[in-house]
Amino acid sequence: MATESAGPLGREELIEAYRVMRTIRAFEERVHTEFGTGELPGAVHLYAGQEAVAAGVCGALTEGDYIASTHRGHGHAIAKGCDINAMMRELYGKAGGSCNGKGGSMHIADFERGMLGANGVAAGGAPLACGSALTAKVLERPHVSVAFVGDGAANQGSFAESLNLATVWQLPVVFVVEDNGYAQATGTRYHLRGLDVARRAEAYGMPAVVVDGTDYFAVRAAADEAVKRARDGGGPSLIECQAGRFFGHMEGFDQQGYRGEGEVERLRADADCLVRFAAASALSTEQLAEVDVTVDAAVEVAVADAKAAPVPELSELLTDVYVSY
Amino acid sequence: MTQSPRVLSYLDALNEALALEMAADPSVVVFGEDNVGGHGCDGTMGHAWGPTRGLHNQFPKQIFDAPITEAAFVGAAVGAAATGLRPVADLLFVDFAGVCFDQILNQAAKLRYMVGGKAKVPMVLRAMWGTGMRRGAQHSQALYSLFTHIPGLKVVAPSNPVDAKGLLASAIQDDDPVIFFEHKLLYFGSRGVVPEERYTIPIGEAKVVREGGDVTIVAVGRMVNEALGAAEKLAAEGIQAEVIDPRTLSPFDFDTVYASVEKTSRLVVVDESSPRCSIATDIAGTVAENRFASLSAAVRTVTGPHAPVPFSPVLEDAFAPNADKIVDAVRSTLPSSVISKAS
Ligand SMILES: Cc1ncc(C[n+]2csc(CCOP(=O)(O)OP(=O)(O)O)c2C)c(N)n1
Ligand SMILES: [Mg+2]
Repeated sequence: MATESAGPLGREELIEAYRVMRTIRAFEERVHTEFGTGELPGAVHLYAGQEAVAAGVCGALTEGDYIASTHRGHGHAIAKGCDINAMMRELYGKAGGSCNGKGGSMHIADFERGMLGANGVAAGGAPLACGSALTAKVLERPHVSVAFVGDGAANQGSFAESLNLATVWQLPVVFVVEDNGYAQATGTRYHLRGLDVARRAEAYGMPAVVVDGTDYFAVRAAADEAVKRARDGGGPSLIECQAGRFFGHMEGFDQQGYRGEGEVERLRADADCLVRFAAASALSTEQLAEVDVTVDAAVEVAVADAKAAPVPELSELLTDVYVSY
Repeated sequence: MTQSPRVLSYLDALNEALALEMAADPSVVVFGEDNVGGHGCDGTMGHAWGPTRGLHNQFPKQIFDAPITEAAFVGAAVGAAATGLRPVADLLFVDFAGVCFDQILNQAAKLRYMVGGKAKVPMVLRAMWGTGMRRGAQHSQALYSLFTHIPGLKVVAPSNPVDAKGLLASAIQDDDPVIFFEHKLLYFGSRGVVPEERYTIPIGEAKVVREGGDVTIVAVGRMVNEALGAAEKLAAEGIQAEVIDPRTLSPFDFDTVYASVEKTSRLVVVDESSPRCSIATDIAGTVAENRFASLSAAVRTVTGPHAPVPFSPVLEDAFAPNADKIVDAVRSTLPSSVISKAS
């Protein structure tokens, strides 16, 4: 199975993987800072710490493939190629945002890029991914769908039903469960008993693996295999990825009193997927530094652009409710 | 010995009601996601941020955490209620009723009727609602009209801390399923003097929160404050509005509204939800049907538009009714002579 090595990936692909993870990190760290100033509205859930999951999974996908994301969706969106300027505008509720300011962080979507949307409802995306997989299957398109789901959301009935439906209909879908240790303040150890989610998926009749979600190469290898299976008509799979989140559940809300002393510091010191990637990828310090500089500048531009952007027209309130009415 | 009156937030008033009811009745159990909080973690237990904060210290056997399994735990509340407990289940945002609606619609609401009165379902389902927190389309809805539509459910939506405490106590003591709506902006934004002792406010009784003879304004939840703001503006123009807070939406205290309309002959209903099949149209239609002769102007409603709640602050602010929109609606019920006299 997956090992921590650069494996078959070429230099360009490695740089791209690093760029994606580094963009997510810079985006999230910056959003955290901006939220702290009180200028950013809304419910914002940061993905920092889990970057290797989004990057590893989406690295195995093509542009025509679909992902259905979660409330913690910035990383998935970036990894699927969404424009960070539009995303940042969306977070600020500005015109020209991914959803023209109507959605906010929890609903960022870009259907052109196969990003079917973040989601405000736990496991809300799992049935949607079954649906986009059904489209591909019926229309005989080569596209694979991925549903990202948190450990907490994996307890939802709609998730269990999605696993079952995907096996019954043999859908080209990959379920990616991200166990970051918590659902809000409740630990995975409490809310998810018995066998792990991978074993639950096996019971429904699909191949499933557990991987270290801070190891890009492990995630990527598992995703390559599952995506290939789906594309080749082999039906659904599940990948359970373990990676802790660096921030609280939600910005401005979570004092994280439930986390152990020094837990976050330890995660940042010992389980930083970017550090692990840099060490394992054989990219040179110069190559990495070049990416760092470009990414930081791009995030800077995104924030400045979002702050300067106009708010939506008030008429937007009543558009997009229907196609016709 | 005089004590200065104690001021509580809406959130703390709810917390106190939960504590007093659990203390008074060991069959009262409270559960939902993170109602204790911090379970299964290495840190300190008890990370609930909402109205259940800290209650596990006092009532470790009566309050527990649920996984994100609303269909199961709301359904379990129904089953437990029918067999001897008084569960208070927490939906967090009312929008999540979507994942457990069968348990509410087909189980909780209908069990007693279907079994010919052989069972009762004394449960409470607490739910956060409303606009104003920049939470977007799936976390901001005002869905009380959906539940009011369903026979078998009672629906309560308090607008201030005193009512919140007394009505939650009544809801817990009530023998029928009660959906209890807590406006998220009121948790910290609404503060008031709250008696320390255990008390109840009857379900199904409206309250006249401001008296006036020229127009009746019925407003729900957070809109009560907006209606009072509108009444102040109107008073400056010599127009006296009577403001009624129904407090309970099912059953609905139409008698209080009728009595007011008989006096004022004008009615404006303010409701934060979308307009179609809403509590606003329900109240307007029922009053028009039963007090047509008392009315001297068409009934007006002030509601959100027929659209989901947008995220962007400018759009969300345009969505919800406010004092100015209420003033405009009131003016539209008045003869032009009154308006020109006032301005
Ligand atoms: C059906 C439903 N119930 C409850 C919530 C409230 N909620 C939002 S995020 C969250 C925790 C989700 O935990 P997990 O799935 O592990 O994702 P994470 O936040 O850890 O990424 C909860 C309970 C929700 N959004 N949807
Ligand atoms: Mg989690």
